[in-house]
Amino acid sequence: MVVPVNTVIETRDLRKTFGPTVALDGLDLTVPEGEVHGFLGPNGAGKSTTIRILLGLTKADSGEARLLGGDPWRDATELHRRVAYVPGDVALWPNLTGGETIDVLARLRGGIDERRRAELIERFELDPTKKARSYSKGNRQKVALVAALASDAPLLILDEPTSGLDPLMERVFQDELRAARERGHSVLLSSHILSEVEHAAERVSIVRAGRIVETGTLTELRHLSRSTVHAVVRTPVGQDISGWPGIEDVVVDEAGTDIRFSVDAEHVGDAVGRLDRLGITNLTCEPASLEDLFLAHYAQAPESVTV
Amino acid sequence: MSELTGTGTLLRLAWRRDRVLIPVALLALTALSVGSAQATLDLYPTEAAAKAGLGSVLANPAVEAMYGPIAAENLGALAVFKTVVMGAVFVALLAYAVVRRHTRVEEEVGRLELVGAGVVGRRAPLTAAMLLAGIAVVAAGLLSALGLIGIGLDAAGSVGFGVAWVIAGIAMVGVTAVAAQLTTSARACAGIALSVLAVMFVLRAVGDTAGGGAQVLSWASPLGWANKVGAYGPNRFWVLGLAVALAAVLVGLAYSLLDRRDVGAGLLPSRPGPASARPSLGTPTGLTWRLTRPSVVGWLAAFVVLGGVLGSLVTSVADMASDPAVVDMLRKLGGSAGSITDIFLATELAFVGVAAAAAGIGIALRVASEERSGRGEEVLATATSRSSWLGAHALIAFALPTVLLLVLALVVGLGAGGQGEVPGVSSILGAAAARIPAVLVLVAVALLASAALPRWAPAIGWGALAVAFALGELGATIGLPDWLVKVSPFAHVPQLPGGEFTWTPVLVTTAVAAAITAAAFAAYRARDVA
Ligand SMILES: Nc1ncnc2c1ncn2[C@@H]1O[C@H](COP(=O)(O)OP(=O)(O)OP(=O)(O)O)[C@@H](O)[C@H]1O
Ligand SMILES: [Mg+2]
Repeated sequence: MVVPVNTVIETRDLRKTFGPTVALDGLDLTVPEGEVHGFLGPNGAGKSTTIRILLGLTKADSGEARLLGGDPWRDATELHRRVAYVPGDVALWPNLTGGETIDVLARLRGGIDERRRAELIERFELDPTKKARSYSKGNRQKVALVAALASDAPLLILDEPTSGLDPLMERVFQDELRAARERGHSVLLSSHILSEVEHAAERVSIVRAGRIVETGTLTELRHLSRSTVHAVVRTPVGQDISGWPGIEDVVVDEAGTDIRFSVDAEHVGDAVGRLDRLGITNLTCEPASLEDLFLAHYAQAPESVTV
Repeated sequence: MSELTGTGTLLRLAWRRDRVLIPVALLALTALSVGSAQATLDLYPTEAAAKAGLGSVLANPAVEAMYGPIAAENLGALAVFKTVVMGAVFVALLAYAVVRRHTRVEEEVGRLELVGAGVVGRRAPLTAAMLLAGIAVVAAGLLSALGLIGIGLDAAGSVGFGVAWVIAGIAMVGVTAVAAQLTTSARACAGIALSVLAVMFVLRAVGDTAGGGAQVLSWASPLGWANKVGAYGPNRFWVLGLAVALAAVLVGLAYSLLDRRDVGAGLLPSRPGPASARPSLGTPTGLTWRLTRPSVVGWLAAFVVLGGVLGSLVTSVADMASDPAVVDMLRKLGGSAGSITDIFLATELAFVGVAAAAAGIGIALRVASEERSGRGEEVLATATSRSSWLGAHALIAFALPTVLLLVLALVVGLGAGGQGEVPGVSSILGAAAARIPAVLVLVAVALLASAALPRWAPAIGWGALAVAFALGELGATIGLPDWLVKVSPFAHVPQLPGGEFTWTPVLVTTAVAAAITAAAFAAYRARDVA
């Protein structure tokens, strides 16, 4: 087997077009075993398409995809015993109750842990006797989440699982994600929103227009972004500070004592040292904002992102 | 804000969504009425030829049960004899489809909520749906009337024919409008509305076949009214008044039900159910069975009732056509050595076979509707293989019509078998069984459509049934060439009881059904899940 067993998801140069629409344009994604992996990107970036290929629901035009070491299209049925999936848009059978739906989905996958089921129903405050047609959107989402989390599958694939959950329930969900990671389970968690994956994910991949444009741990990504510094110093400086290493966007007032600039993560210490020599009376250094990095990726063409 | 604010906008939206469905349906309906009339005129150029040729066929109670009594013994009445009531059923189905599509279906998927939040009166969506259906119905009647005048038939009679169709159509608009208010599910709405239509048909058939006091039953059914207009005969236009009055009452009822309920809700509130699933629900077949059980039970009940009705009619058929000359003529025309009773049963079984096929097609099409709703994806993301999911549906879709036909035959046979000229239970069962392969071919077509082209599956599945019925049962009447008629699986069914049974067509039809099913499984494995 080409893929080492400790990689649960691996795609290489995945391509998929729907008529004129290019949904995936050479997507490379790797998720090692035991990792909660955030899968971030704007609307229409190709997250759901990737997930559907990984689940063998859609066939890629070209490229390679491996799921738990198997071929997701050919070995779909076997692989699905070890994968639990929550779709972004949960549709339920209107005349089955929530409890029945949980059991049906879990049994079709191969079984359910009754104790976990009861515990999750309680934690998510779900009424399992209600008919699915009378559930609110958030409650429909909970039904699918309970069915997935109670199944004890070693890989969870979650497509925007918290859409519709209230903040309290979202916190319960985050706890469950951490618990899944502690049990050694792997998770692919797709989302639009950074804060949703920030708590639980150790690594994230950002997808845009069908390609991964950034991937790494949150710390690594933080390094990619820049801090903004605002300092008031005693010794006036000229515009010459733009020659300092790693510095951009310099704004100095007429007196030359009020300085603003942005600096990359490597050169923060150097810049602060130089400011110190000018005699700091006031200093604010805003840490790297991942949010800005993401927004920049969302808004711009894939190649030209600078923050 | 008035209750009806926004009706105009919604009507335009509905028309935009149906701008293919309605014109195609109108075209097909006009082709049916005008085409079959023209074929009759070609066949019998003179009144005398017409009378001589078909006079005795019209005394056949089986034919009367299906098409209603002929209005008069003239060329015009003869030309539209087969399309007055049958066409009225199709017009009623069009009215039903349009009203249901724009009311309960919209409400179930939640789109009506989006609309309802706009500047739209409470009654506007229902009103727009009924208006569009009403316009379609009137257009169907008008086009047919004009077409019939166009081929040279009497103008008053042609208008009478159009009126007959409009009667059935507007009555069904009212029926569907009420059905859409009663339950929260679009499927249940379909069940109620179509059951009412079936009851209308049976009432009319019994009224027209059974003699004496039972004749009044035809007057209890809007499909009976369509026939009572007597196009090209008495031309009783006033019967339209009955239909308008009925529709007004039903629309009023629908409005008052609508005013009493919430958007998305039905009259009956949802009750709590079990907190966990029974063990049988854990397999693809168990789940499919659970989801289709209500419709299976409904079909079974309908077929038991239908069997009872046919069983009670069949014994009196022989008395009604006892004239030896008529019997002799019928035998020659039917190409069958059977008795009047045999011919009656064979004809009824043909129509019952169409209904049984509809039951199976409804199940087969669920593969596509489950997929479009997104639930198919959830199932296929579990350890359920595509073959087992499709197989679960195939199993029930094939079993249901099989069981329905056999149950009906059993009910007829146990009720009337062996009495007088009526054949015994086993030969009635055999006649029904011989029809099963042809029915399964159509179910297999729906299965293939669901597996290969989910978006188009309903159009293909129902279209194939309509075409098979038109070719097989009406094709010869419309004067279509033999090879075209033979495309229909129904054209290959042995005429039983009474006729000759041969294995070849039955085996070939079975093989065709099996081949189409195999193609469905192959197609379903090969494509993306939408
Ligand atoms: N079945 C389909 N037919 C046609 N186009 C499709 C289909 N599925 C996806 N697409 C297109 O492929 C692109 C990627 O869609 P995808 O659903 O993967 O995006 P996404 O990242 O999940 O977006 P969102 O965050 O909105 O869920 C979009 O442009 C979408 O319109
Ligand atoms: Mg998506």
